[in-house]
Amino acid sequence: MTKDACKQIVLDIIADIAPDEDLSNLKPEVRLRDQMQLDSMDFLDIVMELRKQHGIEVPEADYIHLASLDSCADYLTPKFEALGK
Amino acid sequence: MNTSSHYDVAIIGAGMAGLAAGIRLAHFGKRVCIFERHNAVGGLNSFYALDGRKYDVGLHAMTNWVPPGAKGTPLTKLLRQLRIERDEFALHPQKRSRIAFGPAGEISLTFTNDFAVLEAEVAQKFPAQIDGFRTLVGLVRTYDDVSLDAKPESARALVRRHVTDPLLEDMLFCPVMYYGSATERDMEFGQFVIMFKALFLEGFARPLDGVRVILRVLLEKYRHAGGERRMKCGVKQIIAAADRADRLVLDDGTEVTATHVISTIGAAETERLSAATAAMEAHHPVGRLSYCETITVLDRPPAALGWGDDTIVFFNDSSRFTYEQIAGPVDARSGVICLPNNFAYPDGADLPEGLFRCTCLANYDYWTRLPDEAAYQAEKQRWYGDIQRSALRFLPPLPTPDALGRATVATDMFTPRTITKFTGHLGGAIYGSPVKIRDGRTPLANLYLAGTDQGFLGIVGAMLSGISMANFHVLAAKA
Repeated sequence: MTKDACKQIVLDIIADIAPDEDLSNLKPEVRLRDQMQLDSMDFLDIVMELRKQHGIEVPEADYIHLASLDSCADYLTPKFEALGK
Repeated sequence: MNTSSHYDVAIIGAGMAGLAAGIRLAHFGKRVCIFERHNAVGGLNSFYALDGRKYDVGLHAMTNWVPPGAKGTPLTKLLRQLRIERDEFALHPQKRSRIAFGPAGEISLTFTNDFAVLEAEVAQKFPAQIDGFRTLVGLVRTYDDVSLDAKPESARALVRRHVTDPLLEDMLFCPVMYYGSATERDMEFGQFVIMFKALFLEGFARPLDGVRVILRVLLEKYRHAGGERRMKCGVKQIIAAADRADRLVLDDGTEVTATHVISTIGAAETERLSAATAAMEAHHPVGRLSYCETITVLDRPPAALGWGDDTIVFFNDSSRFTYEQIAGPVDARSGVICLPNNFAYPDGADLPEGLFRCTCLANYDYWTRLPDEAAYQAEKQRWYGDIQRSALRFLPPLPTPDALGRATVATDMFTPRTITKFTGHLGGAIYGSPVKIRDGRTPLANLYLAGTDQGFLGIVGAMLSGISMANFHVLAAKA
């Protein structure tokens, strides 16, 4: 899995959770929270969709790694690879 | 029949809160079953048919309407959380509403889904109050109303700090109380904020086909997510063991077990299911506020009676607005008129017939202690007329005195007795107990409350309550 593919997975989840947001101009290095309206309920959903759709567990202490698309890719890509994806 | 079933989550009640909680939990792979005693879903916001006509039980207007693109409000949060696209609810905004006070509604404040309209009305009619009003609105906008552990404060006291004219104070409290307050005379400020935002800063809307549209969407989501439900099968007992809800006894006598139980039927109502929750009722008494509503079906739209575009009219004829249980059967001094035809439906669409609904406070004990059915029917007939006559003072005069009677093709009315019969809410208390349980906790570790007595009000509030409790106690809970 490439980091770009990983970012796309996160984007797909966000598009599912927040269909009312424009995701076309998201800056990968900027915190998601600063670019669109995502509250703690939405972040909980990103975590749960990762588990539901991809079998990836994100413990609460690691939520901080989901702040931006770049940090998501850095944190999640090894997890996908560990699952052989 | 399966006599031993285990669920990850059992939900008591298929109202808005129960369905919303169920969708969340089923979507994330929990095995969920909703148990509903009635044969229809919706709870306090259900529907029925009478003589071939469809009626909504409680819906005047769905509050919390915001235009497409608005972010971070209760409606947008719930659409996201339930993966519902905005268009699925097919909401159409109100035309305009009024708060009309005085013996014939001499003083009125018009409001729409554009808050600037109300602000301009206050500035024009209460020029000395507008600065204080704006300060109050600023306070409401910044208040954290979804906090699960906010300290209770008197809304009357807080509002009076900024709005010093008792008439304006009462005019602001009247809609806010009628559309959601379970407490007499005053409200907890957090509840006031929720309702003020829902009514004035956001607004009213309705699907053309009423509450059925909302419920149909919720049911489809729930079914699609794999949720189960049992209709005409309530929970009659919660058996506790070691401070946990150990098993549920259903109306048909079978028992089920569940890791978590979410009850949406009310605090006192849940207490009665189990001796182990007996402490709850003392702290969360049955509400004292109940209502009568008259429903009049017309052969023409209400506008054709010269009533204009009003969607909702909140009225009060007395020097002060009194929101409390009265000794008599009905308090017709104040109330709410709803004309469901007056939403901005697209392309000139309208309801098949005209509808005119009037709601007033009523006394539960009076309506449930009438000696027999004949006395009950006679009182219904009498108060149908008195409520309607009271409300008519706040609408433009009819073209002829008998115009309403001649346009009427059917009538119905609910009383406090009807509410308890069909929803199970004790005391006919639509808004539940005056004491809310924000975190949903009960004396049993795996039993949580959602819905009316958790304290997020209205249809949108009820759904958010189910969502919040499912998230907080089940999905985000530490293993």
